[in-house]
Amino acid sequence: MRQPFRLATGGRIDRSRPIEVRLDGERLQGFQGDTLASAILARGIRLVGRSFKRHRPRGILTAGPEEPNALLRVERGPGRVDPNARATLVELVPGLSASTQNAWPSLRHDLAGLFDRAAAFLPAGFYYKTFFRPGWAWYRLFEPAIRRLAGLGRAPETADPDRYLHRHVHCDLLVVGGGPAGLRAAGLAARAGARVILADERPAPGGGLLDTGTAGPRIEGLPAAAWLERLLGELEGAGELVRLSRTTVEALHPSGHALLLERVADHLQEPDPRLPRERLWQVRPRAVLLATGRLERPLLFPDNDRPGILLAGAARAYLAGQAVLVGRDLVVAAFDDSAYAAALELAAAGARVHALVDPRGEPGPLAGAAEAAGLRLLSRWAPVGSEGGPGLRAVRLAPLDRTGRPDGRRERTIPCDALLVAGGWTPAVQLWAQAGGGLAWDPAAAAFLPTRGPSWLRIAGAAAGARTLAEALAQADRATAELLAGLGLAPPPAEPLPAIEEPVPAPSTPPWALPETWRRDPKSTFVDFQNDVSVADIELAVREGFALPEHAKRWTTAGMATDQGKTSAPATLALLAAAAGRPIEELAPTTMRPPWTPVSFGALAGVHRGDLFRPIRTAPLHAWAAARGAVFEDVGNWKRPTAFPRPGESLEAAAAREARAVRTGVGLFDASTLGAFDVQGPDAATFLDRIWTIDVAGLPVGRCRYGLVLKDDGTVLDDGVVCRLAPNRFLLSTTTGGAARLYAWLERWAQTEWPNLRVWITPVAEGRAVIAVQGPRSRLLLRRAASGVDLSPEAFPHMAWRDGKIAGVAARIFRVSFTGETAFELHVPASRAEEVIDTLLRLGPDLEPTPYGLEAMHLLRLEKGYILVGHETDGTVTPRDLGLERLLAPGKDFVGKRSLDLAEHRRPDRPRLVGLLPLDPTALPAVGGQLVERAEPGAPPLGRVSSAGRSPTLGRTIALGLVRGDRARPGERLTVFAADRPPLEVELCAPCFLDPEGVRLRG
Amino acid sequence: MLVIPCPFCGPREEVEFACGGEAGPPRPADPGALDDAAWTAWLWGRVNRKGPQVETWWHQAGCGRWFLVARDTRDDRVLAAWPIGAPAPAGLGLAEPGP
Repeated sequence: MRQPFRLATGGRIDRSRPIEVRLDGERLQGFQGDTLASAILARGIRLVGRSFKRHRPRGILTAGPEEPNALLRVERGPGRVDPNARATLVELVPGLSASTQNAWPSLRHDLAGLFDRAAAFLPAGFYYKTFFRPGWAWYRLFEPAIRRLAGLGRAPETADPDRYLHRHVHCDLLVVGGGPAGLRAAGLAARAGARVILADERPAPGGGLLDTGTAGPRIEGLPAAAWLERLLGELEGAGELVRLSRTTVEALHPSGHALLLERVADHLQEPDPRLPRERLWQVRPRAVLLATGRLERPLLFPDNDRPGILLAGAARAYLAGQAVLVGRDLVVAAFDDSAYAAALELAAAGARVHALVDPRGEPGPLAGAAEAAGLRLLSRWAPVGSEGGPGLRAVRLAPLDRTGRPDGRRERTIPCDALLVAGGWTPAVQLWAQAGGGLAWDPAAAAFLPTRGPSWLRIAGAAAGARTLAEALAQADRATAELLAGLGLAPPPAEPLPAIEEPVPAPSTPPWALPETWRRDPKSTFVDFQNDVSVADIELAVREGFALPEHAKRWTTAGMATDQGKTSAPATLALLAAAAGRPIEELAPTTMRPPWTPVSFGALAGVHRGDLFRPIRTAPLHAWAAARGAVFEDVGNWKRPTAFPRPGESLEAAAAREARAVRTGVGLFDASTLGAFDVQGPDAATFLDRIWTIDVAGLPVGRCRYGLVLKDDGTVLDDGVVCRLAPNRFLLSTTTGGAARLYAWLERWAQTEWPNLRVWITPVAEGRAVIAVQGPRSRLLLRRAASGVDLSPEAFPHMAWRDGKIAGVAARIFRVSFTGETAFELHVPASRAEEVIDTLLRLGPDLEPTPYGLEAMHLLRLEKGYILVGHETDGTVTPRDLGLERLLAPGKDFVGKRSLDLAEHRRPDRPRLVGLLPLDPTALPAVGGQLVERAEPGAPPLGRVSSAGRSPTLGRTIALGLVRGDRARPGERLTVFAADRPPLEVELCAPCFLDPEGVRLRG
Repeated sequence: MLVIPCPFCGPREEVEFACGGEAGPPRPADPGALDDAAWTAWLWGRVNRKGPQVETWWHQAGCGRWFLVARDTRDDRVLAAWPIGAPAPAGLGLAEPGP
């Protein structure tokens, strides 16, 4: 076993269960109870990564979720890959393989480390300032090069085989944090009858108390661990309490909605295959108590980021938790009393503490104990630099004069392998602020502390600024009582607070209080480790005018890394305030966005992946089409046939053949996906007259009319056919893609604007199938199958509907056409659709009825210049732009009408729908391509191509487009300009390429 | 994610609803009688109030009814919900709707 920094006894590890993992291919040993970070430290490894921007060597800084440096790629088998995993949170399991990131060719010899030498040229805002010209160079030169170097980690390349589940729950009280305050509050509330969920990020309850050792508090005469055990025993049977460990509250919204991520299986050696890997909880608590604890701050001095410099609290945590000494020869920089406890505990465990440096003149209550233990206390001293390569070898210390200026002449260099830094504590108020709680700067705590919050929210313990355990427990009692009262629950009988022996800490010196200690090299004094933001960057941002926190954050990227500035936020604000010469009270801290720690995509997606990603809708004739070789495409949630290619036939050839069949014979098309709405009631005609642009009130029973639906700004929302079934009853036939939107639109107007109209709208598309029979021989074919209906043009004209029977099946037949041919739409019960279409195929072998797909349909409507909503319209196009003035009924109001008279909609340069004929009849204009005068840089766009295709009937390519009205003259020539295509000259013509008089249509 | 108290179904998750935006004054009875400025003021003008605001919501995946919701835009709190045509509950600190 090569674990030179592991102690023989102590810690919460199971030495009977050794575990071996790999780090960069090398073997790494540890025990059950280790994290990746503790195993790395036990081995004596210092360097675990390169920083994001300057590629500086970095080591483990913390022992928790705030870790900015130790981000590793962790693999648990094929497809089970997490980039940027915090080594401090990854529990050791056999077979795990981790690798360092952001270094090439290797961690030790990283070429990009040269960036650090060029730090003078990489100030805040460097990318904004440097790469903006010439314009082309960004895409071709700078961006590809930067992308290769930048980014943390690599995304996994294979599918994740794990399962993730979601759970939705309600509870009375959600307690966030399993430290002493959270445990106490959860017990009190559960005993009062509240349904409680206690969510704790850590594997075991106890919070910060677990990170203390021999110098920690004694409670009821017991060491912390023993007292915790007793407390947990009391929680058993306390009431309705769900205790979740390894469960992070990632978000707490102002509405009270909480998002929890439970890591279910990663820590298990042989997880039950029925278990998900992670479970995402959506919790709706009636009240929330935050007991989120606190985060320790690093110190500010040149080269404060060297591997081997760790938070004092983290050193205590590794000793108490995993019996790991973070170093053998230590220097401890105590800007806060907690570092004395760290020094005492590590010294007692066998480390040599060469100096205990305290910038304060008044040492705290543990100073006596430290001196009694033989530690050398340097009062009014501070670190001013570090030495070593990618691993700490010595610390430079200097005494401070009365103004806090280091005396360089008396500077001392003390060899050591670890420097423990303690810059005081920042309450973890992130969730508090996110949920809408207020914050105010507290000079004594040198931190933002919670003020008032929502009535359902309280905060207690270190997160609320408590400095001692006794204070934390008292706060928990008070906060719980208030929340219980709000829930209408009587508090349980008072429980006396335990007797606690603990020192009351003296005020700490915040890290930013001694600017002269870094003045020699502010560029190498790091504030935000993960994004490589130095003191110099923040001072530069202020000089450049980005002095407010929200601005400076974006300019310097401080706090914008994946750790969201957990270790750096107060220092960033304090330095900003100092550089701008303003009191910090005036600055508003930025609010942490969810999630608290990165969340896997798998957890967010849950079961909604693969086949369950979204609903798949199939039309009644789907199986029928599949059996005939249809190739399907996605249209919204629908699967629709693109074409029915014969063996060896390309899709394009199939579409051309199908389109020709419709023009010369008869084609069959599944139009069941169209929207269909039954609208009835005494005011149905009045209602539809206000929605549709056409005259609906004047539509006779038995007839249909095509029209548009506009938004009130005059733009086209959708189009569709209105059929009058009875005086007070209509059927609307609308586009596939717009059906859901149109339904919402109809209901909205009926319910919100005109609730007095007696009208009822029912979507009726589900129960029926629509078979479109189109082509000059459509009547011939239908006559063979129809009964009880006269199909002659005289009795059944274009834009009429009749009831009848097709193949013995009751059908409502509509004479509507989207091809320009004589056409019939058969509406039959969905369950009989196959029977009807099979009969049509069987009855007409001599007529060769041809099933056709979307591609042929598009060609046919393009030849006729029929608009397709979403192609010819884009949310800005009016009926006049489309040349559809004839669909605007005069003498009535309808939604959108008033706006058509606005000056803006009457400008002569409004777009106009035109036909486009390429001069080269084999060249296909690119849909979306710009129409310009000449293909040259800077040519102003005059319009765009909206649809294009190869017309089998005309034997040439054709297109539709929207062109500035004052340039939309037939015969005018323009050029289609599209990326990666040669310029293509087109001639403008009327937007109809076939049978403009509509003779075929009315046949 | 909000919980919307649908006046017809009771409290439901936000995902069941669609928000129709700020509730404005009714559509003018005769838009043709308005000049361009008055018409576009109705069409586009929104208050976007900081504080309690009345919005229209649609219980799309529920009862299908549109109704009114008072929401405080400062903290996203839903204060009340009531059917269209019914009077707004008193004491919500609502200003008159619309421009």
